[in-house]
Amino acid sequence: MDWVSAVVQGTLLGGLYALFAAGLSLIFGVMRLVNIAHGDLIVLAAYLGLSTTVMLGVHPFVALLIVMPAMAGIGYCLQRGVLNQTLGDDILPPLLVTFGLSVIIQNALLEGYSADPQKMSAGTLETASISAGGLTVGVLPLLTFAIAVAVIAGLQFMFYRTAMGRAFRAVSDNSDIAQLMGLNKAHVFGVAMAIALAVTAIAGILLGVRTSFDPSVGGARLIFGFEAVIIGGLGNLWGTLAGGVILGVAQTLGAKVDPGWQLLAGHIAFLIVLAVRPNGLFPRVSH
Amino acid sequence: MGDALLSLNALDAHYGDFQALFGVDMEVHAGEVLAIIGANGAGKTTLMRSISGLLKNAAGQVAYRGQQIGALRADQVAAHGIALVPEGRQLFPSLSVEENLLIGAQVGRKGPWSLEPVYQLFPVLKERRHQASTTLSGGQQQMVAIGRALMANPEVILFDEISLGLAPVIIKSIYDALPDIVGEGMTALIVEQDISKALAVSGRVYCLQEGRVSLTGRTQDVSREDITRAYFGMDA
Repeated sequence: MDWVSAVVQGTLLGGLYALFAAGLSLIFGVMRLVNIAHGDLIVLAAYLGLSTTVMLGVHPFVALLIVMPAMAGIGYCLQRGVLNQTLGDDILPPLLVTFGLSVIIQNALLEGYSADPQKMSAGTLETASISAGGLTVGVLPLLTFAIAVAVIAGLQFMFYRTAMGRAFRAVSDNSDIAQLMGLNKAHVFGVAMAIALAVTAIAGILLGVRTSFDPSVGGARLIFGFEAVIIGGLGNLWGTLAGGVILGVAQTLGAKVDPGWQLLAGHIAFLIVLAVRPNGLFPRVSH
Repeated sequence: MGDALLSLNALDAHYGDFQALFGVDMEVHAGEVLAIIGANGAGKTTLMRSISGLLKNAAGQVAYRGQQIGALRADQVAAHGIALVPEGRQLFPSLSVEENLLIGAQVGRKGPWSLEPVYQLFPVLKERRHQASTTLSGGQQQMVAIGRALMANPEVILFDEISLGLAPVIIKSIYDALPDIVGEGMTALIVEQDISKALAVSGRVYCLQEGRVSLTGRTQDVSREDITRAYFGMDA
């Protein structure tokens, strides 16, 4: 039963990893941009959530009403003001600029909040659990997984059933020809980044409720997000959820064998998938 | 120059250090069908890309309804009512046939063209509307590319190499559809390698040679010898 429990806990943990990864997957899918600062933006969202809960005295989930639009606004301005200028045939400029952005965010957070670990309180939700068939599952991890599924389903609907999603796919296919259709690619990319960072806001708040955080933890979140995206297949949102679950299950099973193996087991699972299926388990295909 | 819908004045265009257009002057009047002919590398596609805003012009002016549009982005040019059917179709592979058509309407211009009129013009597209655009034949893809441009309800439509790589029967069906398209009061510029086809549907012709206009005139006024000389730069 312990092993079954580990798989269930890992699956639920995968929901959080999928949320880390969804924004990365969306951004890469639309504009082929690899955002090295993504993990730090998750941490930035967590700190914005912390400030909101402290200043207004609201529950972290209520703080989302402020943090999501704030992160979306930051995303749009960041894309239009900085990142659009780095996009082109050369993949190096966006990597360098987002790496620089990562350093800037980390140092700004250190300056503003210090290096002390912080955590948001979600009250009784943090300790609530439900038991069924000998398994005990935390309500918060369950809620996190449900939110991840809802977010992925929402992104999937937006991507394949709305005019905005059609614009995303057209610009992703051929941005020059998409311009001929009246689509301003600078604006479309800005909207894509805004949506990605709105998702990042959800991930940041859930991170901050689940565990303590400090300005330096963004790097590990970026790696978990990357691994989930690569395992699932670049640009495939449901694949990203599957990638997050595989990573989460590998980590909890590794921890079950030996607590020191938790992260290593996740990285090994990632490397095995990379070796066997370099394009991921469910790469995006043109339909 | 005064009543021209679209006019180019001393237009230069470059790809890096390579100059593709040299001082091109052109006038297009409302409702006319203009053929643009020339050998490979003469600058026809560059001209289409320059007008549509895909290529930044190095010098000269592009005016549309008297307004300078030469410095505008392609999406802004499209919003003015100029649509391009690009060489090689260039459909969006991750979009279905119907989505490719709908994306053409994204520019938001009102007019007679919507899904149903396009499906009436090319009925095969309605049958295949849920298919991936890449699964269609070359001719059907060209129909989607034309339909996609029409969905923008443009005033001027630019056809770049309208029949390139298509079977003769498909070329015929596309040319058969042209009167229905220009019959809606549209102005059309047709870039075509098949000179006789282009001249048959157009009122005036421009010939390009090595990036320069080598011949212009009404279709019925230019002789085969004139065209041969302008096309190849030599006497027949």
